[in-house]
Amino acid sequence: MTIDPTADQRVADAVDQLLEQYPPSATEPKTFWGAQFDAGLAWVDFPEGNGGLGVSPKFREYVSRRLEEAGAPTWNRSANILGIGMGAGVLAAHGTDDQRSRWLRPMFTMDEIWCQLFSEPGAGSDVAGLATRAVRDGDEWVINGQKVWTTLAHLSKWGLLVARSDPDQPKHRGLTYFVVDMESPGVDVRPLYQITGEAEFNEVFFDDARIPDDQRIDDVGAGWRVAMTTLMNERVAIGGNTVPRSSGSIGRALDVWKEQGSGDQATRRELVRLWAEVEAMRLTTLRATENMKSGTPGPEGSTGKLAWADLNKEVTAFTVSMLGMDGATIPEGYALEATSYETREIERVMSPQRHFLRARANSIEGGTSEIMRNILGERILGLPGEPRVDKDLPWKEVPRG
Amino acid sequence: MVDGVTFVRNEEQTMLADTLADLLGASTDMDRTRQLSLTLDAHDQDVWSALSQMGLVGLALPGEFGGAETTFTDVAIVFEELGRFVAAVPLLSTVSASVAILAAGTESQRAALLPPIAAGTAIATLAVYEDPHGGVDAPSTSAARIDGGWRISGRKRFVTDAPNADLFVVSAVTDDGVRLFAVDAEREGVVVEPVAALDATRPLADVTFDVIVGEDAALSGANGVAPLHRALDVAVVMLAAEQVGVAQRCLEISVDYAKERYQFGRAIGSFQAIKHRCADMLIAVEHARSVAWYAAATLDDPSEAAIAVPLAKSVCSDAAIKVAGDTIQVLGGIGFTWEHDAHLYFKRAKSSSLLFGTVEVHRDRLADAIGV
Repeated sequence: MTIDPTADQRVADAVDQLLEQYPPSATEPKTFWGAQFDAGLAWVDFPEGNGGLGVSPKFREYVSRRLEEAGAPTWNRSANILGIGMGAGVLAAHGTDDQRSRWLRPMFTMDEIWCQLFSEPGAGSDVAGLATRAVRDGDEWVINGQKVWTTLAHLSKWGLLVARSDPDQPKHRGLTYFVVDMESPGVDVRPLYQITGEAEFNEVFFDDARIPDDQRIDDVGAGWRVAMTTLMNERVAIGGNTVPRSSGSIGRALDVWKEQGSGDQATRRELVRLWAEVEAMRLTTLRATENMKSGTPGPEGSTGKLAWADLNKEVTAFTVSMLGMDGATIPEGYALEATSYETREIERVMSPQRHFLRARANSIEGGTSEIMRNILGERILGLPGEPRVDKDLPWKEVPRG
Repeated sequence: MVDGVTFVRNEEQTMLADTLADLLGASTDMDRTRQLSLTLDAHDQDVWSALSQMGLVGLALPGEFGGAETTFTDVAIVFEELGRFVAAVPLLSTVSASVAILAAGTESQRAALLPPIAAGTAIATLAVYEDPHGGVDAPSTSAARIDGGWRISGRKRFVTDAPNADLFVVSAVTDDGVRLFAVDAEREGVVVEPVAALDATRPLADVTFDVIVGEDAALSGANGVAPLHRALDVAVVMLAAEQVGVAQRCLEISVDYAKERYQFGRAIGSFQAIKHRCADMLIAVEHARSVAWYAAATLDDPSEAAIAVPLAKSVCSDAAIKVAGDTIQVLGGIGFTWEHDAHLYFKRAKSSSLLFGTVEVHRDRLADAIGV
């Protein structure tokens, strides 16, 4: 990559101009996001015309900071996270110009919400073993099968789909990646209620759904490679957030200690032990971010997701224990309801009990902690992989159950 | 960057770590360390001479006293490397004692006491603890004014490197407050009774003082607690950095072994039971590294040190104990033997979690600092 000496100034000028022409306080969010995209400040490292300025990704943080300081709306990134956080990166790395032109802008303005269709009832951690079939029919593909754990599917216009296009190949080689219209015939979305009673996730059924071939991403059979790009982005999105000290779960634990805690010494020490572990994780994320920026990423960049999942479970469980017998109640009760648009875009106010229940998913979603430990062990520490019985077998001969 | 703290080593710091790794690799000998750990006065002269010659003993001291005036972040790099080798050298004792002298002493006391310490020719240590659970603010050791000086009476315990020390920095209560005194080990009335230490590479002793010293031995006025806390904070953070080195080296030993050791026809590192344990060890090491670095970088900022010092004690102690203990488990039977290095690290890890205030003492302190 060549260094563009004018990049700093170009990015700064673009931000200044955007904020001047579209003052955040007087601009509708959708209008602002459209203008932000057109100014090349959606993903500043993407090509010009695709929401970027073609500069180094290190400017992303600068843009976010400037916009947040100016009070600009930035919640599209969390509300449309599967699109803006993951799908966009996939389109940038593997899509065509036509695909980028068609999808990126409405994704960024939240006119079109995106979801990700990977996991299946028979393919969780072993996602490459998935069974949803894609059969070519002229200029179209015919899709049959079932996906599960699909966040936001009930609100989505587009889905990132991996399907099996060639069952005679070993499992990693027979996959193809598509963008599917979630509103097209043959796509049926049903909410999947979870232990909190709400439904953040869905089951998605494909019954002869059809996808035009121009919505295929990258080559036929290249689906695994594209899926890997998506998953890497997902794990960064889940584990890599830098947050203020004493915020989130540990902040709620401190609140409970002060307002409802028993005040005993053993509880106090355990709370402080957990606070210290959370602070160590937070400092590690800051260290990872800094090393990434300076171009010397180390192992600390890969531990966040796993560390956070286990710690968050521990902290939320401890918080409920601090409530004493009140912890045996749940103020919200249980009502089966799909997560609404509004509740995803703002920090939801949930009881410690509900946070405790929700945290059980942390070590499952986005790669189970067992898979994350395999990744750390094999990719970071260089330990040998498990022997695999299915690696070279045609997918259709691999035992399933 | 967080609050002015950078987590990225600069070129000089990387060079310091590399140079030290080479030096310690060449001058330490784990067999010798194992031999030393059968004694009550372990002191690895070869490593100590090498550190002294490189000017590392007085690294953070002002140049006028023979130091190099570096930051504590640099000193922490030295401790991290020493931890990797469980080196039996009195650097922790010497650095913490010299910080006390620097913080409490007059200009002439500093000029007299610090240069030989910085040169590595005088070994100094803090004699400030008396009770296994106690603090340092209210010693029962007393110092009474006598004509021309002080009479110090009392018994100090858990004095690190005492069998090899030339100089003790002793805390004692006086009629108007706690003072620190610099007491020569050779002086009549100083009795060092070495004890068998769990981690014999860091010798411990009880030291009884029934000694008469001159006026110039009193380092501080009656406000000796403040400089003592400063010295102990430095000790705790350097110990935390050392624990990072201990844990890092144990992780390497475990991973290397898991790649080489075959059972059931496979490298044991290919089994998830071993692999996942190693992954958890990696997380512990990386978290410990972050807090030790942060604590070293904020040592000079009192409001932040109140949090960062006990934070480092809490996280790095747990990490080192976990990783060193897990290392014995990954190694299996060989890890339990005297001939393997694992026990040296395991003992260092446990011992370090207890010295200079236990983990619990520091958790209580952290609780106060964050308002819990």
